[in-house]
Amino acid sequence: MSNTGYGKLIKDGLWSNNQALVALLGLCPLLAVTNSAINGLGLGIATTAVLVMSNATVSLIRNLVRPEVRLPVFVLVIASFVTAVELSMNAWFFELYKVLGIFIPLIVTNCAIIGRAEAFASKNHLAPAIIDGLAMGLGFTCALTALGSLRELIGLGTLFSQADLMFGPIASEWTISLGANFKGMLIAILPPGAFLGLGLMIALKNIIDKRLTKKKPVAVTAADGDLEAGTTA
Amino acid sequence: MQFTTITSPHSDRPNSVSRTMLLVILALIPGAAAMIWYFGWGILINMLLASFTAVVCEAIALRLRKRPIVPVIGDFSAVLTALLFAVAVPPLLPWWLTVIGIAFAILLVKQIYGGLGYNPFNPAMAAYVLLLVSYPVQMTSWLPPEMLNEHPLTLLQSAMVIFTGTLPGGLSWDALTMATPLDSMFTQLDQSKMVSEILMSPLWGDFGGRGWEWVGNWYLLGGLFLLYKRIISWHIPVSMLGSLLFFAMLFHFLDQEAYPFGMFHIFTGGTILGAFFIATDPVSACTTKKGQLVYGACIGLMVFVIRTWGGYPDAVAFAVLLLNMAAPTIDYYTQPRTFGHQGARRD
Repeated sequence: MSNTGYGKLIKDGLWSNNQALVALLGLCPLLAVTNSAINGLGLGIATTAVLVMSNATVSLIRNLVRPEVRLPVFVLVIASFVTAVELSMNAWFFELYKVLGIFIPLIVTNCAIIGRAEAFASKNHLAPAIIDGLAMGLGFTCALTALGSLRELIGLGTLFSQADLMFGPIASEWTISLGANFKGMLIAILPPGAFLGLGLMIALKNIIDKRLTKKKPVAVTAADGDLEAGTTA
Repeated sequence: MQFTTITSPHSDRPNSVSRTMLLVILALIPGAAAMIWYFGWGILINMLLASFTAVVCEAIALRLRKRPIVPVIGDFSAVLTALLFAVAVPPLLPWWLTVIGIAFAILLVKQIYGGLGYNPFNPAMAAYVLLLVSYPVQMTSWLPPEMLNEHPLTLLQSAMVIFTGTLPGGLSWDALTMATPLDSMFTQLDQSKMVSEILMSPLWGDFGGRGWEWVGNWYLLGGLFLLYKRIISWHIPVSMLGSLLFFAMLFHFLDQEAYPFGMFHIFTGGTILGAFFIATDPVSACTTKKGQLVYGACIGLMVFVIRTWGGYPDAVAFAVLLLNMAAPTIDYYTQPRTFGHQGARRD
């Protein structure tokens, strides 16, 4: 494909085709593990790693695999990388591995990954496939972390608690707290909070998109002359 | 002398949303007054605070949605939601919980779906459940009814507790509050006490908790008024109370000491309020007559199941929300046959 510049790939992955907020893929881990910012970040990074590696591999073997058997092959590729990531986390981030539990092996079933393999990597060269995997993964990670932060902040009144699970003992002081008197809203860290939070995030994204499309024509004219009008618009 | 002659049709004023809502509020008065009598001024303060918050939230939401504000607030639906919420929550609920609950009900449960007539869930009950799940301690700190209350609070003291959280001198929350009859019944049943043993406590009246059963009676009066005015039809209240009574009596018959008698379920907790005022919400309930029977019966069953085996003290709110979710499906399968059309042939 000729019209996919790298800039557009990155913008697609992070914002306009964000796998979590626009495509609504991978909702199972998205809703289940985002009860704290660190959990969201951890699972997001693991997913990104798998996505980059599987996209690269699928792109490399795209001419060798017959279309009839492509899906089982993709799943095998993804499953191998998930196993690798799971074993590495078990070795190096054991505490986080215990917290995330079943959701690391479940990355295999994350539709976002097989979706990208099928829709993008199997039709493109190696470099765009890697960039696409990275951008999509980071977009997914951002959404997971944002939702995790939101839920942790409302539910427990803290942010980045247990950061030492990921970044080592130095990070144990990173926790931001709203004070011991803050009475958290328990529902935010329970499953309903995930649905409510995701709904609100999608609404926020749509509002921002709407504002941006409205602004565009004004911004162009403002750039020519009247700066004042541009800033107030 | 000339008489004014009015030509036909000789009909009453057309029903409007405002009139319906006002009649429901009117029907709520006896029950609400009884609650204020038995549980103190806190109820009244909660009602005023909740109504004020509801109107403000509705106005904000309508402004954001660029809709006319005054006519929508004038339909009193937000006020009714606020009043139903206020009679469901404990009398001394801290003010910020009332504000959070009502803001959730109006902004997220009602307006975000498109306002009155579009909300799939009952806003007052959704707010109640949100708070119950999030703040179980505050949401279960009920006051004892008037005849058992050793420290009745004045209007000013109640306001102080609600708005600043300071208790009158020498009192603690434990001295002031008491488990609801429903709560104490099922907590003690969990400790394998017998029903007859539990009922020895002065907490109990003839059917349910003392005070509570009378509140139930006054709500019943309001409910009958609604039936008389044809604001609600008999299907939902009758099938809900009937199925609750049926299952409660069935289990009571099987083991008298492990399951309280049938009328207990009717006259404790929010059963009657729920049956006449909440389950009958015209927006979130079923619309077909047959569907309403199924809907009410399922609510009754769910109330019994959640009360008996569930973790939360009262179940009306959970049961109503669960069945709200099922209402479109029930409606789909209970469409009445159009006149003149034949029913589906079974060969």
